[in-house]
Amino acid sequence: MADEETQVIVGLEVHCQLDTKSKLFCGCSTDYRVDGPNTHVCPICLGLPGAMPALNKRAIEYAMKVAKALNCEILNESEFSRKNYFYPDLDKAYQITQYDKPLAEGGYLEIESDEGGEKKVRLTRIHVEEDPGRLVHMGNVERGKYSLVDYNRAGIPLIEIVSEPDMRSPKEARKFLNKLRATLEYLSVFDSEKEGSLRVDANISIKGNERVEVKNITSYKGVEKALTFEMTRQKNLIRRGQKIARETRHYLEARGVTQSARSKEQEHDYRYFPEPDLRPLRVKSWLDGIDLPELPDARRERFMKEYGCSLSHARTLTGDLRLANFFESVVAPDKAGLSPLAATWIADTLIGELNYRDMSLDRFEPAAMTGLILLLKAETITDKSGVEVLRVMLDERLKNEPAETPDAIVKRLNLAKTAGDTGAITTAIEEAINENPKALADYRNGGSKALNFLVGQVMKKTRGKADPGELNRLLIEALKKREV
Amino acid sequence: MSGTIPFDPDDRYNAFLTTCKNPSHGNGKLAGVAVAVKDNISTKNIETTCASKILKGYVPPYDAHVIELLRAEGAAIAGKTNMDEFGMGSTTENSAFGPTLNPCDPSRVPGGSSGGSAAAVAAGMVQMALGSDTGGSIRCPASFCGIVGLKPSYGRVSRYGLIAYSNSLEQIGPLGKSVTDVSTLMSAIAGYDRHDTTSRDKPYTHTPDADIKGLKIGIPQEYFGAGVDPAVAAVVRKAIGRLEELGAVTVPCSIPSMEYALAAYYVTTTCEASSNLARFDGVRYGPAPDTNKSWHDAYTEVRAAGFGAEVRRRIMLGTFALSSGYYGKYYAKAQIARENVRADFNRIFSGADVIAGPTMPTVAFRLKEKSDPLSMYLADILTVPANLAGIPAISVPCGTAHGLPVGLQIMGRMFEDERVVDVAYAYEQAVN
Repeated sequence: MADEETQVIVGLEVHCQLDTKSKLFCGCSTDYRVDGPNTHVCPICLGLPGAMPALNKRAIEYAMKVAKALNCEILNESEFSRKNYFYPDLDKAYQITQYDKPLAEGGYLEIESDEGGEKKVRLTRIHVEEDPGRLVHMGNVERGKYSLVDYNRAGIPLIEIVSEPDMRSPKEARKFLNKLRATLEYLSVFDSEKEGSLRVDANISIKGNERVEVKNITSYKGVEKALTFEMTRQKNLIRRGQKIARETRHYLEARGVTQSARSKEQEHDYRYFPEPDLRPLRVKSWLDGIDLPELPDARRERFMKEYGCSLSHARTLTGDLRLANFFESVVAPDKAGLSPLAATWIADTLIGELNYRDMSLDRFEPAAMTGLILLLKAETITDKSGVEVLRVMLDERLKNEPAETPDAIVKRLNLAKTAGDTGAITTAIEEAINENPKALADYRNGGSKALNFLVGQVMKKTRGKADPGELNRLLIEALKKREV
Repeated sequence: MSGTIPFDPDDRYNAFLTTCKNPSHGNGKLAGVAVAVKDNISTKNIETTCASKILKGYVPPYDAHVIELLRAEGAAIAGKTNMDEFGMGSTTENSAFGPTLNPCDPSRVPGGSSGGSAAAVAAGMVQMALGSDTGGSIRCPASFCGIVGLKPSYGRVSRYGLIAYSNSLEQIGPLGKSVTDVSTLMSAIAGYDRHDTTSRDKPYTHTPDADIKGLKIGIPQEYFGAGVDPAVAAVVRKAIGRLEELGAVTVPCSIPSMEYALAAYYVTTTCEASSNLARFDGVRYGPAPDTNKSWHDAYTEVRAAGFGAEVRRRIMLGTFALSSGYYGKYYAKAQIARENVRADFNRIFSGADVIAGPTMPTVAFRLKEKSDPLSMYLADILTVPANLAGIPAISVPCGTAHGLPVGLQIMGRMFEDERVVDVAYAYEQAVN
């Protein structure tokens, strides 16, 4: 019952930049991050007097692709509206967006629920709009604060995907976002690697209480963090018998907290009205020409069937387009032979090592991973050495050092299993026993911990090259000899 | 043959805000023709202010589509003409840089808002001019100054580069001393422009034709009723009589939706203007704000100092009308009223080829005569319906009343700009 009383309800509004070549209403390039401020601008995206928007059809196609993939209904007629407000990053003092006639309505996205199994998160709508410019805050309190404005981002096409309040935990919100990202990337309409390409506003409430809007979440991890903070804050207030105020709060990423927005910002009256410079959109018929690629769910099923992946591995591998492509490239030389090891090594080990280094998968080529998997499959090296080889490979790439092949690393570090060469292992065993008489005594008294301890000592001496099975066998033999 | 033309006019009527000394020209059907351009049409490297202090010093880095077309036809851009600030007015008195005087009688206004363009043509300073017409801003000054002015069908001329006042109503159009000049200028500027997606692929390649035998002309009773100076009405009736002599047939008709036309017009224009004019904040162009103030305070200061009284009034009206809870009551309703006007015109045009009446209910006002905004708004009653419906309308001089020019207005079916030009041409040829 306690759970029922503190049921968390979450809905998301996700803004994604569409990865088109040009902006939504002009021909300026969207590849603005690499150049200086105000270099990707023209009279249209600068909102100069007299300039008019002309719709980029490709952006609408991209948005419709998303709508189709998310099972939404394209409206027979949609239209653009003006959202009027003053802010220095908004050069026309209105944003061209969609209001009461969005491009698409309804639809859903399936995620893995907290209880396990799939669950549908319903969508309210998808609409298309332009990104505003960007303010860069300069100076500091002592030396005078000021802001510079960069309109490179102004006019970048965005879609806003609004969900129904169907998520029941911050974790589910994170999963929704990850799944959405994967879907958008599979559709080739979105690049999650680009800074600021995704922004999230979240609505969160505890059942029966007012809801709070959390704005300004700009990272995937941030969603779960911000909502967890907010959930705890709200639950604590309720526990103390206080009321939750219906308000907008900003997420402060650096501090991991939400902060009440000034009430002024909540009193916006956007004075929406239809954009008179653009004609209504009647694009439903375009749907016939829009073909969808294989999407994450279908690929997950295929990975299970085609590569024999477990559900969990298949989910992880297909949950990211790059990772799924990487896996398929790695196993391509020998699907049946390499898949079982590759699934485990990529889904469990590689991801962890990449995350630890905050390293992009793009910097690691599949062929190198294939080489490693082949060594492991041939039992040339132990799992432990495998991890070491992987780490060396990743570090070399991260530091832009010459990349060695896995074989070269094994050779250089002398990591090849000492299989057949029992002499080295036997010597190490003898040394380990001699150096640890207490362990020997414990073993004789039936201590299995002592055996593990000795295995560890031998491994250390052989620098992990000993085959664990062989080592065990030889060690027990040696201990038995001492009993005599 | 390209080159420059001498242009250094004695601008005694304050028609120009900027004059281009010895402007260059190229080859084409307007080779060497001096064309004056209303100051709300963007001209590359030539200051463009909309007769507002808030754009003082603003030099566009690009040409409006119509300017590109004019240059391509060899025209010489002679200068930028005075206007009511942002097009808001019917007298050109609402200019931040002083009123333009009517060359026919310098104690009178030239009409507006394209008053500078009309005066420049009427005074013979240029052969042709471009204006813009949101609710009569080409036809009114054409009528008051005794010249010809055409408001094209909505979508026939690209608005790209026209500094927007009310996007859904306005069109750029030609002014000239003769129908032929107006038609020639129209042929240079009409056509589809990918930068204005409300423009249509309907080029104008017409040569005026004076044969109007059998043409049916609708005469709406509202255009000769209360509020219309009987002397003006009489002159226009006589002009329509000349058209009948040329073989046209008149049919009486009525536009009942005119009752709501002005209200619909002013709601639409003020709403759109409140949004269009919000961008003038001093951050990117125009007089810069004091950067030591917070952006909010700086905006307030720049906008309060930069806009004239009429502009501020219309921004506030539009802001109010679009406020939460009022959209349905005002803007949405105004669009329904526009539909009704369109329906009335469609009904009339099923039995008539064109509609004729006075352009303005009166002759040119004396300077400062229209001191209260409401009486000024009422002067637009006969021109506004064509903008609400999007149809073409031309004003052609048809005599005088009280010694001042009177304009005959011909309105036509959507995209039948050629036909209203022909009727005006037939009249002009008959009386000259």
